[in-house]
Amino acid sequence: MKQCVKEFAKGITVENPTFVLVLGLCPTLAVSTSVVNAIGMGSCATFVLLGSNSIISLVRRIIPDQVRIPCFIVIIATFVTIVEMILKAYFPVLHQALGIFVPLIVVNCIVLGRAEAFACKNPVRESIFDALGMGVGFTVALILIAAIREAFGAGTIMGIPLVKGMEPATMMILAPGALLTMGLLIGLVNYIHIRRKTNKEITRTGCHGCS
Amino acid sequence: MAGNFLVDSSPHIHSRQTTRAAMWSVVLALLPSGIAGIYLFGLGALWITAVSIISCVVTEAVIQKLGGKKISIHDGSAVLTGLLLAYNLSPSVPLWMPVIGGIFAIAIVKQAFGGLGMNIFNPALAARAFLMTSWPKQMTSFVPPFAPDAITSATPLMALKEGHVTRFAELGLSYWDMFIGKRGGCIGEVCIAALCIGALYLLLRKIIWWQTPVTFILTVGLLSWAFGGRVPLRGDFLFSILSGGLVLGAFFMATDYVTTPLSKGGQLVFGFGCGVITFVIRKYGGYPEGVSYAILMMNAAVPLIDRYIKPRRYGTL
Repeated sequence: MKQCVKEFAKGITVENPTFVLVLGLCPTLAVSTSVVNAIGMGSCATFVLLGSNSIISLVRRIIPDQVRIPCFIVIIATFVTIVEMILKAYFPVLHQALGIFVPLIVVNCIVLGRAEAFACKNPVRESIFDALGMGVGFTVALILIAAIREAFGAGTIMGIPLVKGMEPATMMILAPGALLTMGLLIGLVNYIHIRRKTNKEITRTGCHGCS
Repeated sequence: MAGNFLVDSSPHIHSRQTTRAAMWSVVLALLPSGIAGIYLFGLGALWITAVSIISCVVTEAVIQKLGGKKISIHDGSAVLTGLLLAYNLSPSVPLWMPVIGGIFAIAIVKQAFGGLGMNIFNPALAARAFLMTSWPKQMTSFVPPFAPDAITSATPLMALKEGHVTRFAELGLSYWDMFIGKRGGCIGEVCIAALCIGALYLLLRKIIWWQTPVTFILTVGLLSWAFGGRVPLRGDFLFSILSGGLVLGAFFMATDYVTTPLSKGGQLVFGFGCGVITFVIRKYGGYPEGVSYAILMMNAAVPLIDRYIKPRRYGTL
């Protein structure tokens, strides 16, 4: 169980797919214009990750090594198709907002990356927790970026106006706003990581650790 | 040991010319244009300029304080950024815009990249681009000179772009009006005469070099003459030079030490590139004026230019 908690937690913190691994940037930058979109995209990706990771982990001993990538793609595409059909049937507005980025989850680096780096080498239980951690990490990162962009770019959070009479900075919900927010957040995350690391080293080893 | 070395940003060459003196000289050289702008557009222009400078200086001080660095607002670079930002704004913008522009220029474009000497893009121009994308309505409503409460009017370039007039003669302006600044436009760009005085001072003091501004202005002028008009070789050479922010951009922003090539040859390439992009945006782009975007785009190309055009090292063949 401890192992599972570790696999889950790493996706949110030390191996966060967006801020640390910097994977799956295309949907991250494109759909993070509003918090609603971010939650939608995040949950779609999490569902696909969960499905693909568990199935790939189950059949990992059957898949021949030479054709593993096509096999992964077929499995991932199956789940993406399910997601797309569900969105079309029950959440047409969200489907319209996310657009091409839902089918593109098939080639999302995070999903394929976890299949290749984790699910095909680890048992099912760990893979499921890995998928959950990565999915939640991705969703949290998306919501964070989207909240900043929506607050400054549209003056709202989840569609609720923040300040009356504020003239929002349109640039923040356009492409440059995505890149700016992303860059500043990565900088902040790196800063926190570096500070935590140096603090730990100093307390653990003292000055002798450096020599 | 480390305490004995003075760590400072380049250039490390020994001369009486320091970064600080250069910055304050540019500020001085920009003053005539600002005074002309305030005379033409009223006190509102003064408040915008003051707010912009204060915003830049305060942001610089706060960020350096937070980062535990030495506060270096006395070097004049933040003042210069604030001044240039204000000169690139319409005299009718609300006062919160220079505040946000100043914060963006210093915090994001300059300090996030490491402070003076490390920024890739010209802070004032990047802030202008940010304001332009975010609040296009306020950024593109201009007032005519000597009419502080008048209805908005178009700049000469906007009038041409939007098709209200097709020829320079229909604008009701003479070249002399354009030269002394009797037209709508940004605070610091309209009075070409005042800008020329400042530019001449900087050239004589050898703070800026002629390479970039001259190639920049000539490229825009010649391209507009050759391809700008209805018929080839019938374009308006003088109008293209006197309109928009070309003179301000060429002499005061395309010559920024940090964001332009180091070698004289590179500066020629830089000026030429700026000129071509400016002309392309003016003629074919969505915006009426392209000087600021041209300089920003060429800023991005500076590392490449510096890599391929190096001055010959002494002693090599």
